[in-house]
Amino acid sequence: MTPVPSFLVHPSSTIDRPVEPLAPSTRSWSRAFADLRVGFANRQLWAHLGWQDIKQRYRRSVLGPLWITIGMGVTALGTGLLYALILNVDVPTFLPFVTVGFIVWNFLSGCLTEGLQTFITNEGLIKHLPAPLSVYVLRTVWRQTLLLAHNLIVYVLVAAVFFTSISHEYTMSADGSGTHQPGLGWTFFLVVPGFLLVAVNGGWVAMLLGIISTRYRDIPQVINAIIQLLFYATPIVWTTDTLTKQKDLAQSVLNWNPLYHLIQVMRAPLIGQSVDALSWIVCVGMAVVGWGLALVIMKNYRARVSYWV
Amino acid sequence: MSEAFPNMVSIEVWNASVDFPIFDAKTRSLKKAVLGKAGGRIGTENRVPIIEALRDINLSLKHGDRVGLVGHNGAGKSTLLRMLAGIYEPTRGSAQINGRVAPVFDLGVGMDPELSGYENIIIRGLFLGMTRKQMDKRMDDIADFSELGNYLSMPIRTYSTGMRVRLALGVVTSIDPEILILDEGIGAVDAAFMEKARTRLNDLVKRSGLLVFASHSDEFLMELCNSAIWMDHGQMKMRGGLREVLTAYKGRDPFEHMSQEQLERLGLTGDPVLPNGDSA
Repeated sequence: MTPVPSFLVHPSSTIDRPVEPLAPSTRSWSRAFADLRVGFANRQLWAHLGWQDIKQRYRRSVLGPLWITIGMGVTALGTGLLYALILNVDVPTFLPFVTVGFIVWNFLSGCLTEGLQTFITNEGLIKHLPAPLSVYVLRTVWRQTLLLAHNLIVYVLVAAVFFTSISHEYTMSADGSGTHQPGLGWTFFLVVPGFLLVAVNGGWVAMLLGIISTRYRDIPQVINAIIQLLFYATPIVWTTDTLTKQKDLAQSVLNWNPLYHLIQVMRAPLIGQSVDALSWIVCVGMAVVGWGLALVIMKNYRARVSYWV
Repeated sequence: MSEAFPNMVSIEVWNASVDFPIFDAKTRSLKKAVLGKAGGRIGTENRVPIIEALRDINLSLKHGDRVGLVGHNGAGKSTLLRMLAGIYEPTRGSAQINGRVAPVFDLGVGMDPELSGYENIIIRGLFLGMTRKQMDKRMDDIADFSELGNYLSMPIRTYSTGMRVRLALGVVTSIDPEILILDEGIGAVDAAFMEKARTRLNDLVKRSGLLVFASHSDEFLMELCNSAIWMDHGQMKMRGGLREVLTAYKGRDPFEHMSQEQLERLGLTGDPVLPNGDSA
């Protein structure tokens, strides 16, 4: 074949191109941090996606997202009354406890189970539009936050009904034994740092376990298998006050349950209970260590996620 | 950074390879691994089989480049586009992308079928770095260009492929991206709309700088591109002027039967011009 002279534009010269970087820049700290920075700055994107998820879930239903609130109300009320009966505790103090426990648990388990699937469920977007991974993590956490906001309506109702029972010093057991709680006071506002801590922890869980689960698809199954167990191992529908023997032993075992501390920093301020300093320390510690781990994984495997999904 | 220096728009790729691990393809059972000694090496040393989708890609694209990608199915065109869009970072080698990228790939995916056209336009825009306000401002323009009218308030699942292409093209052409990456899927629109899209894409490329376009349509390539890459088995088989590459790829000169008028319309007459505007 005779060569055909091209009268089109020549390809651009490769002579004056920049020098190749010495090491591939894919696995660098700066890229991992840039992912977080750019992702967070895309506030409108993840906020919109998260809100869209909620609207989507309740599309074409008459009550829409109000079903979130109703569902939580039914669960909290039913379980609260049932367990108050079983455990022989005061309904007026136990019901707010169960309600808030459920609300916080819902947020935590949502961050965990949906966080694991963060990248897997966003496969289509990840493969078609370049975006930082943190956008999808923030989408998941933000969606859980919006669900939490809906559920807090139940808290407001329950707290209003039982306000007189938890507004002063109280104990949760019917006979007046058990831990004395201070009752609602200025400590209520600790719920803000409490929530932030829980959300920051939810973030690293979604990022770290999300990346690992994308590679090893058994991880979500493992978590789904034990999540029910975790629920019962955490004082949500029971308290250490209701245990008849070996309370101290139970408490010291409980101190090893990270979910207990996460629930505690958010639940206790909302129902006027006291929080151990240990809970705050554990939550801060988990946030620091967790994000450290997440960053290491991000540094090494951030760029692999689009290959793995 | 790239906004301050519009001429900094560029894509640099050095010896880049893209290997896909295939996790769900069971290589061999343990039994076969034990018994299969006689046959020599069957798989790789890796436990996970790997598809080498791209190998040793070296590429330098600058402002003004309009590159067509040709090659058989499975030659690595789409993977290369995804690498240039920053979706796949090379497994070996490196790639540097300077500029705001707007990719349009396979149109079924990346859009939420349950959401309305409007919602999908907003989401796509947000993904491409726009704000909600900016997208709201462009909505009329996109609706106008895509000719979808009231359909924009319908869920995307009711759209035909061509209508999805109209929507996606409406978005990317309205937001002034610096690097435009188009996969072959955009051929699914009718001739009349194609004419309209061509003008708009041409304007866009002139303004914004860099286009990489995979297509099997000679005509479309000639309209939009000025150079080409021939991909074969994950490697760049040829890189050069569009005419040379198409001739080598097709085995005949696609321009030879063209009338002078057609050539003029395509702007293909006269002296060769370098990307920076200088005469060669």
